[in-house]
Amino acid sequence: MSTRPAGKRRSLLPPIRFRERMRDRDTAIYGVLIIIALIFPLATIFATDSTFLVSQAGHAGTFVLLAIGLNVVVGFAGLLDLGYAAFFAIGAYTYALFASAQLQASPAHHAYHLPFWLMMFVALFVAAAFGAVLGFPTLRLRGDYLAIVTLGFGEIVPQLFFNFDQWTGGINAIGGIDQPSLPAWITGPWAGANGIAILQNFTCKPFWASSAAPCYSFSFDPIAYYVLVLILIVAAVILVTNLHRSRLGRAWMAIREDEVAAAAMGINTVTTKLLAFAIGASFSGFAGAYYGASFGLVSPDQFYFVVSITVLVMVVLGGMGNITGVIVGAIIIYFVLNSLLPSLPSTVESFASNIGLGFLNDRNGDWPGLAGETQRLQFLLYGLILVLMMLLRPQGIFPSRVREQELKHAAVQEEEAVVEMTHA
Amino acid sequence: MALLEFEGVDAFYGRIQALRKVSISVEKGEVVALIGSNGAGKTTTLRTISGLMHPTNGTVMFDGRDITHTRPSRIVELGISQSPEGRRLFPRMSVVDNLFMGAYSRNDRPGIASDMERVFTLFPRLLERRTQIAGTLSGGEQQMLAMGRALMARPKVMMLDEPSLGLAPILIETIFSIVREINSQGTTVLLVEQNAHKALEVANRAYVLETGVIAQQGTGRDLLASEEVQKAYLGM
Repeated sequence: MSTRPAGKRRSLLPPIRFRERMRDRDTAIYGVLIIIALIFPLATIFATDSTFLVSQAGHAGTFVLLAIGLNVVVGFAGLLDLGYAAFFAIGAYTYALFASAQLQASPAHHAYHLPFWLMMFVALFVAAAFGAVLGFPTLRLRGDYLAIVTLGFGEIVPQLFFNFDQWTGGINAIGGIDQPSLPAWITGPWAGANGIAILQNFTCKPFWASSAAPCYSFSFDPIAYYVLVLILIVAAVILVTNLHRSRLGRAWMAIREDEVAAAAMGINTVTTKLLAFAIGASFSGFAGAYYGASFGLVSPDQFYFVVSITVLVMVVLGGMGNITGVIVGAIIIYFVLNSLLPSLPSTVESFASNIGLGFLNDRNGDWPGLAGETQRLQFLLYGLILVLMMLLRPQGIFPSRVREQELKHAAVQEEEAVVEMTHA
Repeated sequence: MALLEFEGVDAFYGRIQALRKVSISVEKGEVVALIGSNGAGKTTTLRTISGLMHPTNGTVMFDGRDITHTRPSRIVELGISQSPEGRRLFPRMSVVDNLFMGAYSRNDRPGIASDMERVFTLFPRLLERRTQIAGTLSGGEQQMLAMGRALMARPKVMMLDEPSLGLAPILIETIFSIVREINSQGTTVLLVEQNAHKALEVANRAYVLETGVIAQQGTGRDLLASEEVQKAYLGM
C-alpha cells in the first residue's frame, strides 16, 4: 500500500482542515481572553482608581488553574473527582509550612523560609505524588464509586490539616507566609507605572546569591500577582494543550470512552489512569502555592467540599474536555459567586428606588427589606443560574469538538436509522 | 510450530467454568474459525488469548513465546489485535481517531500512515466518513471500523469476534470477502462466529465449541459436510 501515488495521500487532508477550523474558534477565544487580560488591569485601575478588581482577578486566576487541572482528570480521562480541593490544600500547605514561621513552634523547632519559585515546583510534585496515592486504590473503581472515594479523600485532607495542629496550626491557620521576590532587574514595566504598583527596592538575599542583592518583593502587590497568575495560566494552557494532543491524551480519551476496548488497543490502563490523577493534581499544587502566597494565610476551611464542587461546576459548565471552555467557565462562575451575587442586594435596592418601588426597601414586620430578602435568596439565585445555564447549553459554554459533533450527528443518525430500517 | 497455540486451557468466570481443556492451534497464514452457540466459550477463548482474562490451567503460546500471563498491552505489541465482541468502538472519537487508537502500540509514523491508507482502500466507506464520530456510524460501518482499527496494529494475528452480528445479509457478504482479502494480504485470522455457514466457507480450518469443550475440528469444507454440524449449526 505504501507504493500508492502521492496524489492519493491528499485524501487525509480534509479532516485536518476541519480540525484546524475547529481550533480556530479556540484561537479566537484565546485572542479575546489575552486582550481582556491585558486591558483589564489598566481599565479597572483607571476606572476605579484602585487595584481591588485586579486582586480579585488574580484570585479568579487561581480557580482558572484549578479548573484546567480538574479538566485533565474529569474532562480528558473521564474520572469523576469530587475531592479535588484536597490537592489544592496540599499545594497551599506545602508552601505555607516551608515559607513561614510556622514550623518554629512545631516539633521541628526551626522556621524554614524557602523561596517561592522553588516551592512552587515542590508543591507541584507533592500534589502529583498525592494524586497518584489517591489514584492507586481507586484504579478498579468507576463512575459513582470513584466519586465517593475521591469525596472521602477531599474530606479527610482538610481534616488532617485541621487536626495536626502541632504542625499546621489547625484552626489558627498559618499566617505571615513569605512573599515571592525577584531580583530587581525582572521587575519590569508593570511595577513602575505612575506609582500604581508598589515598587519597593530594598536589599534582600535571593536564595542563590551569597551576598545581599537588591530585589523586589511581591508584598501583596495585586498587579505583581496578577502578572504571575497570567504566566502560570499560559504555561498551564500550553502544557495541557500539548498533553491533550499527545499519545497520553489519546489514551485518556480512549479510557474515558471504553476502558476494556482501550486495554485491547494496547493501552496500559493502570499507568494511564494514575498519570491522569497525578498530572491533574499537579496543577492544583501549583495553584495552591500561588494561593498561599497571594493570600498570605492558609487555613483548613479554605479547602472544604464546596471548593471541589465549585471547580467541578466550572469544568462542567464551561465545557468538559475543552480547555477554552473550562477557562471561560471558571471566570464566569467566579464572577457570579464573588461579584454578581454579593453586589445583588444593593443593586436591587437602588433599582427599586429608581423605579419608584422604594417602599419595598423598608423593613416591615417579617419583610427584611428588598436588599435583605435578596441576600437571603442568594444561593437560590445561584442554583437558578446554574440550572438555567445547564438547560440552555447542556454541553457547556464552549463544548469540545467531539461533544458538539455528537449532538449535531444525533439527529442525522436517527434519520439514517429510519432510512435503513425502511430499506431492510 | 504453530503461530498461536492454545494448549489445554481451563478458564473460569468466578466459579463457573467457561473453558475445559480447550486446545486450539492457528498456523501462520490461516483463517481459523471457532463456531458454536451462545455461551459455548468462543469469546472467552479470545479474551484469554488477548490477555483480558487469564486461564487457570493450560498455556497460551504465541510465536514461540509463553503469553499465558502477559498483560493485554504487551500482547498487542507482540502482534495480536482484535475486533472485540460488540465492536467496542470509542463512540465519541472520530473514525480517524479510532483508527489511530488501533495503532497505539506502534511508533512508526510512516507505517501508520500507510496502514491507514490500506484500511481506507479496504473500506472506502470509512474514508467517506473519516471525520464523523464513531457512535454515529451505521452497524455495518461500525463493524468495518472495528476491523480497520484492529488492522492498524499491523497484527500477525487478527481476531474477529462475531463480525456478522446484527448486519444485513448483503453487508455480511462484504465483511467476509474483506476477511478473505485481509488474509490474502498475509494476516492470519482467528474468527469467532455464530453464523457457522459463512464462517466455515471462509475458514481453512475450524473448531466447534460446545459448552466449553472442543466438540469437533477439521477443515472448513469437512465441517460444512459433517452431518452433526449441519444439524446443529446450519439448520439442515
